[in-house]
Amino acid sequence: MPTITIREALNQAIREELARDERVFIMGEEVAEYDGAYKVTRGLLHEFGNKRVIDTPITELGFAGLGVGAAMAGLRPIVEFMTFNFSILATDQIINSAAKMLYMSGGQFNIPIVFRGPGGSALQVSSQHSQALESWYAYFPGLKVVMPSTPADAKGLLKSSIRDDDPVIFIEQERMYGLKGEVPDDPDFTIPLGVADIKREGTDCTIVARSLMVPLALEAAAKLQEQGVSCEVIDPRTIRPLDIDTIIESVKKTNRVVLAEESHPICGVNAEISHEIMERAFDYLDAPVKRVSGADVPMPYAKNLEQLAVPDLEKIIAAVREVAYLD
Amino acid sequence: MASKVIMPKLSPTMEEGQIVRWLKKEGDKVSMGEPLAEIDTDKATMEMQALANGVLRKILINEGESAPLGQLIAVIGDPNEDIASVLAEASAPAKKEPEPKQPEPPKAEEASPPAQPSSPPPPTPRTATDNGRQGGIADSGRMIVSPLAARMAADSGLDLRSIQGSGPGGRIIKRDIEQALTRPKAGAAVATAASGYRDEPATQIRQIIAKRLVTSLGPVPHFFLTVDIDMDRAAEMRESIKALDPDLKISINDIIIKCTAAALMQHPPVNASFQEKFIRYYEHADIGVAVAIEDGLITPVVRGADQKSLSQIASEVRELAERARSKKLKPEEYTGATFSISNLGMFGIDEFTAVINPPEGAILAVGAMTSKPVVRDNQVVVKQMMRVTMSCDHRVIDGATGAKFLQTFKKILENPLYLVV
Repeated sequence: MPTITIREALNQAIREELARDERVFIMGEEVAEYDGAYKVTRGLLHEFGNKRVIDTPITELGFAGLGVGAAMAGLRPIVEFMTFNFSILATDQIINSAAKMLYMSGGQFNIPIVFRGPGGSALQVSSQHSQALESWYAYFPGLKVVMPSTPADAKGLLKSSIRDDDPVIFIEQERMYGLKGEVPDDPDFTIPLGVADIKREGTDCTIVARSLMVPLALEAAAKLQEQGVSCEVIDPRTIRPLDIDTIIESVKKTNRVVLAEESHPICGVNAEISHEIMERAFDYLDAPVKRVSGADVPMPYAKNLEQLAVPDLEKIIAAVREVAYLD
Repeated sequence: MASKVIMPKLSPTMEEGQIVRWLKKEGDKVSMGEPLAEIDTDKATMEMQALANGVLRKILINEGESAPLGQLIAVIGDPNEDIASVLAEASAPAKKEPEPKQPEPPKAEEASPPAQPSSPPPPTPRTATDNGRQGGIADSGRMIVSPLAARMAADSGLDLRSIQGSGPGGRIIKRDIEQALTRPKAGAAVATAASGYRDEPATQIRQIIAKRLVTSLGPVPHFFLTVDIDMDRAAEMRESIKALDPDLKISINDIIIKCTAAALMQHPPVNASFQEKFIRYYEHADIGVAVAIEDGLITPVVRGADQKSLSQIASEVRELAERARSKKLKPEEYTGATFSISNLGMFGIDEFTAVINPPEGAILAVGAMTSKPVVRDNQVVVKQMMRVTMSCDHRVIDGATGAKFLQTFKKILENPLYLVV
């Protein structure tokens, strides 16, 4: 299997789906002539032409709405946000149109659209350009929310998202585009939405992590193994629908849970997962469910403060040691 | 309807209370919630409130006197009501009433961890002051137990109140249950003891002696009594039995077991066990026989040795020892003896002391039987002599008690005919 970056894996996924289905097209700011702000769409304009790969003006609400309309008309748009921070401008189209159209049209209109782009914390770009928004979108029935953490997951999940008949929010981690990993080159390789992946098996504590937290959790698990604690690392990969069963099975085995996320703790995705664990595995818990989240403050610009605001290896290790009653 | 006023539990560790002052006199009207008396608990002086309306008819415990929890201390009733039957109950010998409406410790299935702050306090360091705290009860007085631990305890029938939590704030967690499950169950030895027994309250002085001796000498305060025994007749008896029937294989040790059992029946205070608040006297002699095995020793038990014949004892010991060496004994076969014998004679040991196997009260260390010159009727003669040393738990056996037992034991062993008369 070739080893490629997440950026290349996403590019492969889009290229393969553009080639596979002529209803698929991609649009967004700088996706065509400039090859994308993060170079995810490199070479696609040249290969597929300007009817399939379209540069838009800086009007997120406008082109998101254009995408919803195109989807209603039978196309399968991929809408790239330069970053998910700018999707905030498009939320009326995403939430009120894309998410609800199937329901409000009495099942007449599927919206097979993918809104994708980088999200989560970035480095020293301050409060407005460094934040995790997945809990916003996961809140709404009608949307699917996907967050890959490896090149293979990025490719397999993006292909499934493009083929899915419902609107999908596909959040790539801005700092992970260069992360390398083995990716199958089979054009039919896909990963189904709604299936969690056990990234590492263990017996003493379950760490649920997504996106940027997955490599950190794996590193923490390796360090904790040296301290005699065997951690199981689970990446849900899809926030909605959430594969809670895999998490519950793991908790029943380990009896202890740490939930890691970049986003703010209040009303975050892990608040929901924590509740599900309490409800479904209460009798299996040997310690309170522990969350490791981003700080409850706007992301600071100052490097030292920024480091304090984002979960790191030490915080995850400390949380596991706490629920394992080691300290 | 007369209403009983009983000594209430006013502190978590209170066992009895002293009336400092009655705030009402006999004949005074009282209403529910009104202060009735001041009571000195082990911690502080607390006000006791009336739990009924009426007239304080009778005060049973005067100021300065104490009463245990639950004891009737006064009666509230209508002015003309006959309270004789209620009073009769009070004069009956100390029958402990169930405690009044006290908050019960939560049941396992009801217990749930309280909301924890995002960083729970560090585990409470175990200090000497923690010893008085009941297992699993946090400082708040509430039992804290993880849901998993609660379920595990319920599944395995463990009483959470007997477990000390090692988690933050005394929370009982999985590892505490696992540890509790690997510990032998309290009382298991008693449950498997075949002998019946009677429990007599340990007197105050016995309890004080026990505590003092423990602090001076260790958990079981040993003392040792040694005596020489003329084994000529015992050896003779063994030979005679052999001559009678070569299939009857009786060892000297079997005879020692039988004589020990016979002597124990004559000295119940030695066939006893110190149980902190009471002393347990066993009805039968269940004799533990120390057997050396590959990686240590084990004491299979000959149950009711006082009622068994020598040949029964002999075959049973042989069979138990064999299975002890092949590690096939069941737990009930090596626990719950009332008295033990350790014999190192076969190793040529003349004399030694053995360590008591708690909760037994004593153990007999038996040395080798050897020919020795002794003086009899002013003549030096050669006799088969054997030296035994009994280790006694001083909390239950005193020097003279042990000595009298050994006297009897020596008498029987030197004249085994006593076994049949």
